[in-house]
Amino acid sequence: MSTPQSQPTPAHSQTQPPNQPAPAQGLPAPGSPAPQAAGSGPGITGPAPAGHGAAVPARPVPQRTPQGPPQGAAPWPGQAPLGGYVSPIPIRKATLADAVAAEWTKIRSIRSTVWTLGSMVLLIVGIGLLAAFVVSATDSTGATQTERVPVLILGIYGTMLSLICVITLGVLTMSSEYGTGLIRTTLTACPDRARVLTAKAIVFFLLTFVTTTVATTLVAVATEGIAGRLGAVPTAGQWLKATVGVSVFMSLVGVLALAVGAMLRHSAGAIAVMLAVVMMPLVLAMFLGVSDLTELRSWLLLYSIPNQLGVFYDVSAGEGPSGWDPLWIMTLVTGAALGGAYLSLAKRDA
Amino acid sequence: MIELEGLTKHYSDVRAVDHLTFTVRPGIVTGFLGPNGAGKSTTMRMMLDLDNPSSGTVRIDGRHYRELRDPLRVVGALLDAKAMHGGRSAYNHLLCLAQSNGIPKARVREVLDTVGLTSVARKRTKGFSLGMGQRLGIAAALLGDPRILMFDEPVNGLDPEGIHWIRNLMKSLATQGRTVFVSSHLMSEMALTADHLVVIGQGKLLADTSMTDFIKENSRSYVRMRSPEQERLREILRGAGIDVTPGEEGALEVEGEDAAHLGELAARHRITLHELSPRSASLEEAFMRLTAGSVEYHAHENHRPPESPAQSPAGPGAGWGADWRKKGS
Ligand SMILES: Nc1ncnc2c1ncn2[C@@H]1O[C@H](COP(=O)(O)OP(=O)(O)OP(=O)(O)O)[C@@H](O)[C@H]1O
Ligand SMILES: [Mg+2]
Repeated sequence: MSTPQSQPTPAHSQTQPPNQPAPAQGLPAPGSPAPQAAGSGPGITGPAPAGHGAAVPARPVPQRTPQGPPQGAAPWPGQAPLGGYVSPIPIRKATLADAVAAEWTKIRSIRSTVWTLGSMVLLIVGIGLLAAFVVSATDSTGATQTERVPVLILGIYGTMLSLICVITLGVLTMSSEYGTGLIRTTLTACPDRARVLTAKAIVFFLLTFVTTTVATTLVAVATEGIAGRLGAVPTAGQWLKATVGVSVFMSLVGVLALAVGAMLRHSAGAIAVMLAVVMMPLVLAMFLGVSDLTELRSWLLLYSIPNQLGVFYDVSAGEGPSGWDPLWIMTLVTGAALGGAYLSLAKRDA
Repeated sequence: MIELEGLTKHYSDVRAVDHLTFTVRPGIVTGFLGPNGAGKSTTMRMMLDLDNPSSGTVRIDGRHYRELRDPLRVVGALLDAKAMHGGRSAYNHLLCLAQSNGIPKARVREVLDTVGLTSVARKRTKGFSLGMGQRLGIAAALLGDPRILMFDEPVNGLDPEGIHWIRNLMKSLATQGRTVFVSSHLMSEMALTADHLVVIGQGKLLADTSMTDFIKENSRSYVRMRSPEQERLREILRGAGIDVTPGEEGALEVEGEDAAHLGELAARHRITLHELSPRSASLEEAFMRLTAGSVEYHAHENHRPPESPAQSPAGPGAGWGADWRKKGS
């Protein structure tokens, strides 16, 4: 068959007009029916402006009944049935991988990412090393021979503090788009809310995980080297928990922050809420001194985020989560928050 | 093609968009006019599925926006010149948009070149002027070489050269067979670019007409007369069977009469004329008349009463707007 324009690509999935039910309204017959499909992108060399400044410019207007009733006009031959214009640029379906690539470009192209991740690494490594040197110099962990634990635990001060950076970056990843109005551009480019959220969560999680793993591993190796003689020899499981375990946990807290940012759409508000989530259980527990509340009090303490982080270093305030439990708990919590974030994105106006 | 059907949006007590039904067709530029707060931006946001309509539907080439697999290839939109992260460079802003729709990277350079931002491509958008932001927004709209283009007040902040450029751009996009939908407050601007007009006021459809028809119906021409003996002049004109309408600042407006004829008539009755000028109502006036009933935000001047369009009531030209005014309020 010979179409007026030969297209290099199958432009749109619905290519053939005749047996396709025409959409409700009649198709117009534009006065200028020659879309330059083979041309380059959008033409920038248009016709000269008609009557620059004239009050009532007389210009040729396509012949058309203004608000005409649906005319059963058939699409002109060889055209994509619905638009008038067919782009020469090849079209392919956008996927989640495209969304991930876009989010990666976004996150790496702003300075706040570098700053927050940079200070996170500094906190983890700096405080970890400092603790190791201090302990090594005073030649004591304060523990008796029998209850010796690996000195890996010295990393906890740094990771605990650096949670603030992870939370900040997590919240900003989402809420800064609302703050700037970029979210509208983002959702116009990718109207699938689930895909946008998933792509953001994946990119943020991976970036944070890799960075924290590098930092925690560095600290773990360094503390063992500096002060290892003072503690027990860590098992393989303890090594893994103090590095990868801690990093996954922290990244999950970050994704939780991202979800909260998506629900609240306000940077400062979301960061405040996340800090409260981290700190409040400890604060509340201090005030819940009354005896009949002891159960709630200890529950709050055991499941507070700092205490769960401690589990990875084999220090914990009692029974409650142990081993890898904090990961499963945090996965559930973060998953639920992401569900809420999705609903918020899908139901509310952007 | 964009089809709206009964599109409605409530914000708690405000009815921002009220049962809009119209179709935006390919191959022409469709102007979308309305005074401040008329609901233009809200309508456009609903077209892009950013805001959920309270009721009604929008179809983009027969489909709902959320069903589009690679939306930037179908619709390019400029909503808000500030809809970008100030810390990101223009290049990266466009790059992430291109990537999200699987658009080749080379296209980013192309559109930057088209809008004339190549030299600042690596600069962070924080430092961009309003017009530069607007150009970047236009670049984003053109990125996917889409069949449908939507611009919300694109001339906002552009310099004269930029305005000239965007006018031609819109026209040539339409000539290529694309659907071009552009909002504006300025009738005069639309008169230069649009082939078709959709006018709304307080969320309601006021007119859906071709530009030629609008011009034909609204380019009312009349003769303005002013005299120290205004009352006598009026009597004499009436006596001659000529319809007189009170015009601005106490002048008289006469339609359908030759200025020479009116001058001679006055001379015959020895009336001093201070003014005798043939005029034609601007499209801007026609637009103001049309939306008179639905302007929400009036400015208040202290020195002179507002130039109310109500001062030129009745008459063949006003009938059209008056009809709508009834419906609008
Ligand atoms: N998010 C919102 N919440 C509440 N009311 C809103 C919201 N967005 C718009 N409105 C109201 O809806 C109405 C229409 O606003 P819209 O921005 O669509 O008007 P517009 O025609 O674009 O005006 P302008 O010409 O000034 O840009 C206004 O009364 C506005 O106050
Ligand atoms: Mg607006």
